[in-house]
Amino acid sequence: MRHDSSLGLRCYFLSHVEAYVETPLIEFRDVTKRFDEKIVLDKANLAIYENQITTIIGKSGSGKSVLLKHIIGLLSPDEGSILFRGKPVREMKKIEWNGYRSRISYMFQNNALFDSMSVFENIAMPLRQTTNLGKKEIERKVMSRSEQMELADALLKYPSELSGGMQKRVALARALVTDPTIVLFDEPTTGQDPIRKNLILSMIAHYRKQFGFTAILISHDIPDVFFISDRILLLWEGKIAFHGTYDELTRLKHPMIDEFLQSLAGLRDELTGLLSKEMFTARYALTLSGGRVDTKISAVLFSVHSEHLADALGHQAALKVLKALGEYVNKYLGPLGGFSARHNRDRILTILPHIGIEEARQVVHDLAQGLQLKALPEIQALTGGKIGAVTCFEISVTAGITEGSSADDIERIMEKAEANQNIIARYQCGKESAQ
Amino acid sequence: MASTIKDYSFRTFFDYLGKRTIKGINNLGTIVIFFTLAFLKIFRPKQIRELIQQVYFIGAKSANIVMLVGIFTGMVLGLQLFYTLTKFGSEGVLGSVVALTLIRELGPVLTAIMITARAGSAMSAEIGILRISEQIDALYTMRIDPVRYLISPRIAAAIISFPLLTAFFDLMGILGGYLTGVVLLGVDKGAYFYRIHTYVDIVDIRGGFIKSIIFAVLVVTTCCYQGYFTHLRTDSYGSKSVSISTTSAVVISCVMILVSDYVVTSFLM
Repeated sequence: MRHDSSLGLRCYFLSHVEAYVETPLIEFRDVTKRFDEKIVLDKANLAIYENQITTIIGKSGSGKSVLLKHIIGLLSPDEGSILFRGKPVREMKKIEWNGYRSRISYMFQNNALFDSMSVFENIAMPLRQTTNLGKKEIERKVMSRSEQMELADALLKYPSELSGGMQKRVALARALVTDPTIVLFDEPTTGQDPIRKNLILSMIAHYRKQFGFTAILISHDIPDVFFISDRILLLWEGKIAFHGTYDELTRLKHPMIDEFLQSLAGLRDELTGLLSKEMFTARYALTLSGGRVDTKISAVLFSVHSEHLADALGHQAALKVLKALGEYVNKYLGPLGGFSARHNRDRILTILPHIGIEEARQVVHDLAQGLQLKALPEIQALTGGKIGAVTCFEISVTAGITEGSSADDIERIMEKAEANQNIIARYQCGKESAQ
Repeated sequence: MASTIKDYSFRTFFDYLGKRTIKGINNLGTIVIFFTLAFLKIFRPKQIRELIQQVYFIGAKSANIVMLVGIFTGMVLGLQLFYTLTKFGSEGVLGSVVALTLIRELGPVLTAIMITARAGSAMSAEIGILRISEQIDALYTMRIDPVRYLISPRIAAAIISFPLLTAFFDLMGILGGYLTGVVLLGVDKGAYFYRIHTYVDIVDIRGGFIKSIIFAVLVVTTCCYQGYFTHLRTDSYGSKSVSISTTSAVVISCVMILVSDYVVTSFLM
């Protein structure tokens, strides 16, 4: 089927113009950038809204970093204008421009740490050079950020002595030490293992909530990055071809988006080993159409909840719980023909074709036992035997079981399963509690 | 037909010459602006720490090599001049000739060349690496003016260090001349120092210091400029561009030292 792509996009944009009536924090209007003969940005239009995580996706070399460098002023457009709260940055007075710049931090793709300085000096650098804070106050701020990023033991080391993940955290600490209101992340997870990727993304989401900044991210780590993003921008051939949520992205019928999503279809979620959302959707459609009209399915929605877990054990602990849940779901529900995918950062949906609800309940009960007796207590190992010594934390895993039919779409099934959710495993300050 | 070819090659030659001249003037203008901006930013706050570090790097750490070169230059001068002056029966003026040669000419020039080789090349390479690894961009994103932070302290440190090292070189050279002239070849010790005291004027010393300050500005501006704009090179990229920038910085600095030495000397005479 052929469709008018420009019409689809136009309608889509119009619907969004109505949705966002607030003034964008940063706006690009017909921004064009050329390098010699090559046009990298071609009348690009985009809007970034306050207190959101906006992710820019696109092919390598499509101009994503160039776009980000325009925001901070490392590059300036050949044509068009960039607006900050509705005011063109080019028309700003020096004091306004400095004020604008002081709000923004930039985390480079290769970290751009000062290799002749220690970790402490790297993090302290912007404070020493751009503020009038005293030595003690600078030290206090650096220590505070270092502890949040789990870098306290590495403060005297040099960047070359650190692993890639630690270097990323140093860069993140340096970007956040000045309490910016806008943080630009240029591929913050490149070259990291699945745990680290999710760890960095979790940190970004967590600190965005904690410190309340606006985050603009470039990332190829799909689908993980979508779980933390409020809005997604697709940069294609120098223009913003799409902006909206991930769900809207998957619904939009356009050759460019199709090509993009097809490239995701074969991917698995690296953290949990489950199917990608696209593969899950395709398999769900196949299950319904391939079976009889009255195909019987059961669905289980698992969610992970935690209280003070990151404060007590770091961000890695929450990811380990999620990873363990993914493994248990695969182990117990996979052999029954079940297929699963993460539907946001902490939720996993499993479809069990041709399985009745009672049988599903029994399997989930077995899974919960394994989770309760083996996986969650392993979290205790992360504490080094200091549970409850500093902060009390709680982890709970809930599951909602429901029946579905061929008339139900995935959203409907999730709603039904969510309504039935109960705690199946819990771990609290060293105490286990079977449900 | 032959005249057309001749016209064409003439045109190509003048095209090339014109392009090179315009490029040269552009570069010169850029260097002058670069230096002016960096010089003015010396007086901004928060410079002391970097300034001390650079004085230590350019000045204190170059002292050994300057001392070594100074002593041997003075020794060679003492040796050569002794045999020349003996021909005229004037070996008694050895001290003043050695001292004047060092203070007016060799001291500032050789010190500048030594610092170029030791500190100038390192400066150019360091700034070049900062540039290609985006550390200069990182400074900008943190609202730290890269010229103020990286270049200004180096210029200030060079202006402080060059005259001091030149004086040190002169002193070591005179001592070297003493070793060969007095200790080895038997020139009278009192005559050696008396002639220095008599013939060396404050004008000579001032001239030497003026030269050393001019060399300081030329060397540090050239080396920093080559490193700072290493990413704009069209003949190479990445680490190769840093190596070529460093080589260019040293070669251009040495040529500039010798050319400006002649110009300044002709003004000071």
